[in-house]
Amino acid sequence: MSTDVAETPAKPAPPQKEDSFLSLFLKNLWSANTVTVTFLSIFLALVIGAVLIVISDSEVLSKFSYFTARPSDALNSSWDLISQAYSDLFKGAIFDPAAFQAWFDGTGTWQAAFGPISETLTYATPLVFTGLSVAIAFRGGLFNIGGQGQAVIGCVLGGVAGFAFSLPAGIHLIVALLFGLIGGALWGFLPGLLKARTGAHEVITTIMLNYVATLFLGWLILQKGVQDPNRSDAISKAIKSTAELPALPSPLRVHLGIVLAVLVTAGVAWLINRSSFGFELRAVGVNPPAAKTAGMSVAKTYTLLMVVAGGLAGLGGAVQVLGTADKLTAQVAGNIGFDGLLVALLGRNKPWGTLLAAILYGALRAGGNLMQVDVGISLELVTVLQALIVIFIAAPALVKAIFHLRAARSARLGTSLAKGW
Amino acid sequence: MSRVSTATVDEVAVVAAPDPFWNRERRLGVGITVIGLLATFVFGALAESKTARFTLSADASGAALSINGQVGTILFGLFTVAVGVIMLTGKARSWQTLLLCLGILAFVLSFLCWQVAGKFMPLVDTLDGSLEYALPLILGALAGVLGERSGVVNVAIEGQFLMGAFGAALVGTLATSVWAGLVSAMVGGLIIAAMLAVLAIRYLVDQVVVGIVLNLFALGITGFLYERLMQPNALKYNQPPKMPEWKIPGLAEIPVIGPVLFHTNLLVWLALILVPVIHFALKNTRWGLRTRAVGEHPTAADTVGVRVRGLRYVNVLLGGLVAGAGGAYFTLVSTGAFNKNMTAGAGFIALAALIFGRWTPFGALGAALFFGFAQKLAYYLSVAGSPVPNQFLNMLPYIATIVAVAGLVGRVRAPAADGVPYVKS
Repeated sequence: MSTDVAETPAKPAPPQKEDSFLSLFLKNLWSANTVTVTFLSIFLALVIGAVLIVISDSEVLSKFSYFTARPSDALNSSWDLISQAYSDLFKGAIFDPAAFQAWFDGTGTWQAAFGPISETLTYATPLVFTGLSVAIAFRGGLFNIGGQGQAVIGCVLGGVAGFAFSLPAGIHLIVALLFGLIGGALWGFLPGLLKARTGAHEVITTIMLNYVATLFLGWLILQKGVQDPNRSDAISKAIKSTAELPALPSPLRVHLGIVLAVLVTAGVAWLINRSSFGFELRAVGVNPPAAKTAGMSVAKTYTLLMVVAGGLAGLGGAVQVLGTADKLTAQVAGNIGFDGLLVALLGRNKPWGTLLAAILYGALRAGGNLMQVDVGISLELVTVLQALIVIFIAAPALVKAIFHLRAARSARLGTSLAKGW
Repeated sequence: MSRVSTATVDEVAVVAAPDPFWNRERRLGVGITVIGLLATFVFGALAESKTARFTLSADASGAALSINGQVGTILFGLFTVAVGVIMLTGKARSWQTLLLCLGILAFVLSFLCWQVAGKFMPLVDTLDGSLEYALPLILGALAGVLGERSGVVNVAIEGQFLMGAFGAALVGTLATSVWAGLVSAMVGGLIIAAMLAVLAIRYLVDQVVVGIVLNLFALGITGFLYERLMQPNALKYNQPPKMPEWKIPGLAEIPVIGPVLFHTNLLVWLALILVPVIHFALKNTRWGLRTRAVGEHPTAADTVGVRVRGLRYVNVLLGGLVAGAGGAYFTLVSTGAFNKNMTAGAGFIALAALIFGRWTPFGALGAALFFGFAQKLAYYLSVAGSPVPNQFLNMLPYIATIVAVAGLVGRVRAPAADGVPYVKS
């Protein structure tokens, strides 16, 4: 993270002998490094989630009323509930051994066996784009909370281009994706320009633009020419098949968007780490006055950065419409913008980290669906888990205190220090 | 560490305009003139030449202020233009704010005359509705004032609302007492505020990040408990009593204002009393001075012995109580039951009101009332079948805030240390 400041004070290491590789590994394993803190954060979130599952289940809770008499009853039923819930989370997200068994036995299909992975990737795809949008802005010292609004505008333009134009397959898809990209870029350009020209804080302007975009979408889908003529509710015409992202055969939903997401991740990684614009944005992110002294135009970088960030989020919105949703509705963008924020934080604003974080969030979401159907535990639990993971990630000092972790040797685990309005 | 605030961004600051002719007043004058011309010619041409009745009651009956719709539209439009021209001459600098308000008011009236032509608009109902929409915004924005004046950014107002609304519904139902509901709503707001305070002040996490994540956390946990507890058994867990409306005899008989201000619920009075109280306390008490010092220059405050972190904790927690009470509005006053994500972004409008009101209690009140009016107007227009889409009116708070922070209508400036954690060196 570019704005790392509050670092855990690393004690001056006493002179010591060369450790063996194994002891070095073990020592580092229990220190507050990125990987350990990430895993422990996920673990802590799951523990709190388990507590929530138990205390919200009246049947199990009633067994706690005679806990002192027969503790095994309460503990067993709690354990059963938790293990069933979390195994559903796993089965719904990664793979279900039973489905694989059925496939090998010939009683099931390969589609069923790969269904969970497909769902995970389907949910992860738009989050990669919105996550990258937040991450790249962060690297340049900007906090793009507008991912949601940019994704909504991306949905709108991508969707409208998807059903309004008549173009040959392939070209139509590219045009629709470009429309989404441009829409998001425009929605990012505005706060970028305001930031550069007037100093208006991008957090405030992007939050406000999120709502403007959502209201605009709500208005647009009721207009003639956009609304599905056979429906009276707020839903648009369907995207033409020429503009749809090619998907695996139904019922699998995963589509070409995930490939695009990986390519874009590579592109963003190159942009940040290898291009001259990336160098400028990192320089501006670390120290704007120094960047200015070095001859870079901070205003231009801010504006361009928000355009790029907006374009990424807009592309995510377009992918969501053209790959999964097929129609514009008021909820078409779901929560992908805000989730992108969490994904970027979890991925520590690194492109590949963001990709992995998006897949984790997609997995939680896909598994949450099965958990809801199977044990009736609300999907909202997944939202709680996602939020908790990021809270712990963002406060590594908290995790470190809970688990008595050693200070990391390379103390890169600072939290990003707030910049204020 | 660069400090970035809305006020000045050192590295990208616009050079102070050297051209004195196009000063702020003239630029505003141009804006007012343009909207005035828009009102006169566009609204005026569209308006029907029918009577617009503004009744002084909650329905169509009773005394009314009547005016021909088209005439009114053009008249108020011309008035707006006149105000704009006066500002353009640059001779009324000291009256700038008043003129600006007058211009906007005349524009709104022109718009109303156009929309109400041939119909009626009940003023009592409009004011009542505006105040009701504004109520949570006032409390939420005051919570923001408390936190942000001491230097802690509070983006979690939405989460505090949700927890407040949820707590009010749950405990209000279990205890069958509206007051128990109100208290637990405040506790709900306090819980989120405590998490915000610990993470932001103790663990130095980026305050905007914490705020956003806490909103999501509140959304998740209230949604989860709603689906697990309230949905299967609404009678037992989700039927809080509604807050009673009290009438102050005598005062409630004043036309228009009486029924709006003096025949209402406790929460309205609480909000309206808190505004001057917080204003006074910030200006004139030891606590207020310390809060402002900590929010503007924590190092200096620390040097003279103010406990910076302690004060920030106190203020954020106080804010949590106030925002939680704002959350109670949704379940105890408005709908009478909790629903998933029922606040629907009101916390962010409260944040907008806070910023638009320049981090002051009275500013926040004014902004909240303005936004509440916009919402009520949007509702009125959609019911009255107006061609103006209500979504665009609902955008008004957000657009107004963008305009405000961009410095188009005067510069808003956050407390200097807002959002900057204090680390004792």
